[in-house]
Amino acid sequence: MTALLRAEDLRKSYQVGRGGLFRRARRFNAVDGVSLTLNRGETLGVVGESGCGKSTLSRLVLGLSPHDSGEITFDGAPLPDEGSDDWRHLRRRMQLVYQDAAGALDPRQSIGTQIAEPLKIHNLPPERAEQALADVGLPQAMAARHPHELSGGQLQRVVIARALTLEPELMVMDEPVSALDVSIQAQIVNLIQDLQQARGMAYLFVSHDLSIVHHVADRVAVMYLGQVVEEAPKAAFYTRALHPYSKALLAAVPVPDPATRGRAAPRIGDPPNPAAPPTGCRFHPRCPHATEQCRVEAPALRDFGGRRAACHRIEELSQ
Amino acid sequence: MSALDRPALPARRWVWLATLSRLPVMVSVAAGFMLLMLFVTVFAQVIQPYAFDHVDLMNRMTPPVPLAGATWAHPMGTDTLGRDLFSRLLVAAQTSMLLSILGTCLGAVMGIALGFLAAHKGGLWDEVIMALVDFQAAMPWFIIALAILAFMGNSMAVFIAIMGLYGWETYARITRGLVLSAREQGYALAVRGLGAKPRRVYLHHILPNIAGPLIVQLTINFPNTILFETSLSFLGLGIRPPMTSLGQMLGEGRDYLINAWWLAVIPGLVIFLTTLSMSVLGDWLRVKLDPSLET
Repeated sequence: MTALLRAEDLRKSYQVGRGGLFRRARRFNAVDGVSLTLNRGETLGVVGESGCGKSTLSRLVLGLSPHDSGEITFDGAPLPDEGSDDWRHLRRRMQLVYQDAAGALDPRQSIGTQIAEPLKIHNLPPERAEQALADVGLPQAMAARHPHELSGGQLQRVVIARALTLEPELMVMDEPVSALDVSIQAQIVNLIQDLQQARGMAYLFVSHDLSIVHHVADRVAVMYLGQVVEEAPKAAFYTRALHPYSKALLAAVPVPDPATRGRAAPRIGDPPNPAAPPTGCRFHPRCPHATEQCRVEAPALRDFGGRRAACHRIEELSQ
Repeated sequence: MSALDRPALPARRWVWLATLSRLPVMVSVAAGFMLLMLFVTVFAQVIQPYAFDHVDLMNRMTPPVPLAGATWAHPMGTDTLGRDLFSRLLVAAQTSMLLSILGTCLGAVMGIALGFLAAHKGGLWDEVIMALVDFQAAMPWFIIALAILAFMGNSMAVFIAIMGLYGWETYARITRGLVLSAREQGYALAVRGLGAKPRRVYLHHILPNIAGPLIVQLTINFPNTILFETSLSFLGLGIRPPMTSLGQMLGEGRDYLINAWWLAVIPGLVIFLTTLSMSVLGDWLRVKLDPSLET
């Protein structure tokens, strides 16, 4: 069986500022050689600090912004050119759920109109709009409302419903709950999981929240400064992470237990400027185990029996 | 669907009434005057007591009503050919309003369309359209209009085209900027991500969202267009006899300022009040529609 989504050595850089008359504009690599696969019905969680390229990656794999180099295949075929007819037709099969649900909806149109819009665009039966509204647990009366009359959780349900009308095979969730209250987060996460079970969609679930990713993902990929530093099945990752960065992230997850209060996680400081990444292993300035080799030589992503990690000292450290 | 909808309706109506009663006095007066002008524009031929070009040489230059020698048969007096000034004023206002509305709309449609085109195509298209905008803004359009009208003669089509070209560049500039920023907003990107063609994104989503500033520009542009029309007609190059417009009446009355001042003052007053009302309304709308100006 071919993977639903496969990305090979994906790269994307952005220009920082403007070039002057005598100097070239600096560029920084938001996504710098990322490879990943996603099977049908599977959820891949992508985690990392802000600025590590998670959101850029989610836009790249959907073809919403063009990549500089590398290859993306969806269901065995390369992504068509952005804006072409093929590209537009492919929107039926892959959809994005946004972090800012309020911003992703047109403030001047009713909810009903907006949920029905994808059906109009692709000449699909309009009944699907009502079905989608019901599927995300919103009353039909919502259709007459405008976005400013809805709460954040309701807006995110609307955005999900709009994507559902197209019955996509792949949904990319870009921080779908991080703008919501904790109590609402749980509702939306449950909704997302129920929908996956009912429809068998594959999710690329991008988040900075490791506990939510633990809840929804089958596999986890950790990104650091535009690169994947570790990728593992969920159980393996949460019981024994290999990369020092993954360990630091896991240690920083707050534990709801007063007994552990005061035992703060090791502080590893702020991430370096992504426009000028460190030499060698990009994590070495913050890594407690860095050696001379780490400062000079960039580690490759190596296979460790069903999981991958990029660190020179994994064998030593895991003994 | 309607269960939640119904109670909202009376509330909305009430809010609208409340807003109306809280209008500043100046704005209410301006709105009232503009409504009157619109009424005249539509019904001039119904209200007029005489045909606007009906000559009555026995009653030449009768003064308007409060003055000595006035008759109620001609409440605003008559001109040098004994034509009823009130009737002429109605038709003149109608002509001026129609021309200005037509000119403003033509300019707006052309400017907005070119603004969208520049923003959408980018590159060379953008450069060429923006260069045209700069040309138009740098040209002394009034002088050029005089030259064109002088050479091409008294053609209504040419006159309307010149009015339409007046002021299009501001719409183009504003539209281009608004579209460029609206296009990067979440809702526009989201609709694009649903597979919509650019036309749908622009017409169904971006245009309604940027309509506010464009409507304001329309109200700012309208008084200028009226003045443009009246100035050209005043100079005898726009509307010419036997047709009449506010500017043409003003130009005709200019020669009799000593003997019959009302021939020039009355149409001049109408021009002044119309442009002032529209400016007041435009200012008020601008504050209403621009959230950053709200206190």
